[in-house]
Amino acid sequence: MSVGLHKKKLKLLLAGLILTLPLSLFAEGNLPIVPKAKAKATAEYGCVNPVADMRKNHMEYLLHQRDQTMHKGIRTKKYSLAKCIECHVTPDKNGKYAEYGDDDFFCSSCHNYAAVSIDCFQCHNDKPQSAYSSLSSNKQSLPEGHEKFASNDTLPSGDAE
Amino acid sequence: MKKANFVEIEGRSAGYLALLGFLGIFILAALGSTLYMEHNGHHVTGMTNQIVWGMPHVFAVFLIVAASGALNIASISSVFHKTAYKPLARLSGLLALALLVGGLMVLVLDLGRPDRLIIAMTKYNFRSIFAWNMILYNGFFLIVGIYIWTMMQRNLNKYTKYAGFAAFIWRLTLTTGTGSIFGFLVAREAYDSAIMAPMFIVMSFSFGLAIFLLVLMAAYNWTGRPLGDVIFTTLKNLLGVFVAGALYFVIVQHLTNIYAAGHIGVEEFILLNGGIYTKLFWIGQVLLGSLIPLALLYHPTWGKSRRLAGVAAALIIMGGMAQMYVIIIGGQAYPLELFPGMQVQSSFFDGMVNHYAPSLPEIMLGLGGMATAMITVALAIKVLRFLPESLADEVVDPHHH
Amino acid sequence: MSNTESSKNTELTRRKFLGTAAASAGLAIAPGVLLFRVAQAKPAAQAVTSKVRWGMLIDSTKCSTGCNDCVTACKTEHHLEGHNRPETDVQWIRKLKVTDKQTGHVMSLPMMCQHCENPPCVDVCPTGASFKRADGIVLVDRHICIGCRYCMMACPYKARSFEHEEVDDQAVSAPRGKGTVEACTMCVYRVDRDKQPACVEACSEAEHGAMLFGDLNDPESEISKRLAEYGGKQIRADLGLNTGVRYQGI
Ligand code: HEC
Ligand code: HEC
Ligand code: HEC
Repeated sequence: MSVGLHKKKLKLLLAGLILTLPLSLFAEGNLPIVPKAKAKATAEYGCVNPVADMRKNHMEYLLHQRDQTMHKGIRTKKYSLAKCIECHVTPDKNGKYAEYGDDDFFCSSCHNYAAVSIDCFQCHNDKPQSAYSSLSSNKQSLPEGHEKFASNDTLPSGDAE
Repeated sequence: MKKANFVEIEGRSAGYLALLGFLGIFILAALGSTLYMEHNGHHVTGMTNQIVWGMPHVFAVFLIVAASGALNIASISSVFHKTAYKPLARLSGLLALALLVGGLMVLVLDLGRPDRLIIAMTKYNFRSIFAWNMILYNGFFLIVGIYIWTMMQRNLNKYTKYAGFAAFIWRLTLTTGTGSIFGFLVAREAYDSAIMAPMFIVMSFSFGLAIFLLVLMAAYNWTGRPLGDVIFTTLKNLLGVFVAGALYFVIVQHLTNIYAAGHIGVEEFILLNGGIYTKLFWIGQVLLGSLIPLALLYHPTWGKSRRLAGVAAALIIMGGMAQMYVIIIGGQAYPLELFPGMQVQSSFFDGMVNHYAPSLPEIMLGLGGMATAMITVALAIKVLRFLPESLADEVVDPHHH
Repeated sequence: MSNTESSKNTELTRRKFLGTAAASAGLAIAPGVLLFRVAQAKPAAQAVTSKVRWGMLIDSTKCSTGCNDCVTACKTEHHLEGHNRPETDVQWIRKLKVTDKQTGHVMSLPMMCQHCENPPCVDVCPTGASFKRADGIVLVDRHICIGCRYCMMACPYKARSFEHEEVDDQAVSAPRGKGTVEACTMCVYRVDRDKQPACVEACSEAEHGAMLFGDLNDPESEISKRLAEYGGKQIRADLGLNTGVRYQGI
């Protein structure tokens, strides 16, 4: 994820923006353009929690899930970061994926705007597993396990297993 | 005996500003090196998956060890009631803090994720000697800070001896902790030895005092303040004792490693056929860092020369760096023994002497740590009363008339 | 939206297909796969417990010098692509060739994190990033690893690597990034989903049968039975670490 320069430029721009913005970031009319979770989501599925709640509390869910998975081997799908990406990161019409740091990448759409910096995607892949499953010419081969992980349980039923 | 009169240095001369500028360049270079290393990742350094601690750790451990040794002078005055050392106690405390700042700076800036320093400060694994060390370092700042404060604030002087005692105990613990960072590495033959901790304490005496002596000479020479023979000779002789003590421990360390612990392989490597490490040991550490300084300090005629005493102190510092290099890098260069007595080969350099070539950014980072320590001293003696106006014999020596 | 529609359809069919494929594969390798776990699979929401202790048994007599299948499987699984810089590229598992200088006898075996019961890396880690899960798997919590590398100094097996460079295109299941320490995870996300580590699977799929994975605490597991019958040595047993990876034929 070549965040580097691009991110810095954006940050500078945004830092300026932020100075002029009160904290009422998400007040009506001030919203950043957040890419839609188009491919996988339907009216039926939506996000894993009500959207207003996700906007406000996603970090807590993620950080909690992180520790649960890391230390206790709890692998529920609901708040899994890989799952967020599965739904929220989709290719454009040319099949290209936005990268973390780009304004049109889901997580950075807001974060750039709010000048939040997170290091998650230094380690976590910012593309969904399906980016690899669908492109057979991709240099990444797809070992088993991943296949299962990506396809069998893509759509969280809104709750833990 | 006159009472020592502590006065700030003027700090406006061209020389002083040049000194600050000179040190500042090194500090900038260190910060630049850090950015470069962190941006590209550590593969641009000489460090590898075999030699995981490199030049920054040589500098950092040296500075941290020297920091606790630099406090010696203050301890001798407050704990052992040697009044001759009393005028030097403030500078001794200051130098200790400054060296620790420099050492920790290098250590932290070399981390893979220095941005996570806050984690290191808030999450402790109490089984880790490293975590204990962080507590010891923080405590050192606090206790020595208080100690200096009791010395500077007249109405607190009565507490100086308690603070001095606390600082003395704390700093012995701190160096024990630093030595144990290596002593606990049971898997590595070079370090698996209980003598590591006491050896580090004696080394700290010698490195700390060598730096102290140089700083003292520089400060008094450059400000034109008198520095009498009495105090100088006392310090110089004490330095000789410490160097001899450190050398003794080195001998014991290697002998016990050969005979008691049976780590003959690594001893052969360091002492006989380890290439650069063997050279650094015999030439750097033993000859230049111990024997020649001893000769310079104790020789009937050379021993009278301040210049040669300064040379001796500088050699002791270089020898100390060589010793750290041999311990830290040499200890890792010698391969881990997975199957004693067997020949092991792999795609991951098993069974081979590991290669290390220090890179420029690493060295600049280390030098930047030293420069940080020095600039801290230079600035502090300008704003606060650390240095006695005079260390002439009549000020220092109770029996001098 | 037709795009979405069609992708959903392919997904459905693929899923169906996978379902059957998996079922038949399950039959074919069932003896190999099911060997290691008798009890029911752990539900995703359940925390791992110390009732289980995962371990491996490696039969060096069945491991041949030229074979690199386990290493390749690990690299593929975790996308451990190197930069052609052997001294700084990471290795989670490597093959050792051990020659007895006296007799000339040669042994071959894979070496990786030994998942010690008393891991020195965990003892020395200042932040607690190195830790041992209840089920005995030793991991680095890279969310709190500061990259001090003290664990690498402490590990007797040279099992850990420092990430010396920026990483791209990580496996989704194996996040990795610059400035932190990593090592064999025993494919923890597979184990949690009732599968074997990739290296073990590759070894048995190629019918070498040199690696066996299983629960050391369960006396009925294949690995425990084999260990009880033939024994299994620890490398550097003198250090008293009680490793979870044991070897035969060394
Ligand atoms: C089942 C697919 C799905 C998954 C999995 C999912 N989301 Fe969502 N998410 C949605 C949908 C649909 C919306 C509604 C807005 C839209 O259409 O993009 C949404 C909205 C959001 C929003 C508000 C965006 C805005 O427009 O303001 C946030 C923040 C968010 N999700 C975070 C997450 C996080 C964090 C995770 C992982 C824990 C996650 N989501 C997992 C489908 C999903
Ligand atoms: C230095 C590397 C690194 C960074 C940075 C990092 N992670 Fe992780 N993360 C990992 C590893 C390794 C795992 C373990 C994967 C496993 O066991 O399946 C993990 C697992 C997780 C999991 C559980 C698995 C999943 O996909 O749900 C979550 C949630 C998570 N991380 C969240 C985060 C968040 C949020 C951030 C940023 C604040 C972050 N991580 C930053 C390395 C990292
Ligand atoms: C709707 C806008 C929005 C979207 C979309 C969004 N975030 Fe956030 N996120 C925020 C805001 C605003 C904050 C800062 C909250 C604060 O500082 O209290 C934040 C904070 C965080 C934090 C905590 C950072 C810290 O250092 O405290 C994490 C972790 C995080 N987000 C992860 C994610 C991930 C991962 C995604 C993509 C799956 C994502 N966010 C998508 C708005 C968003």
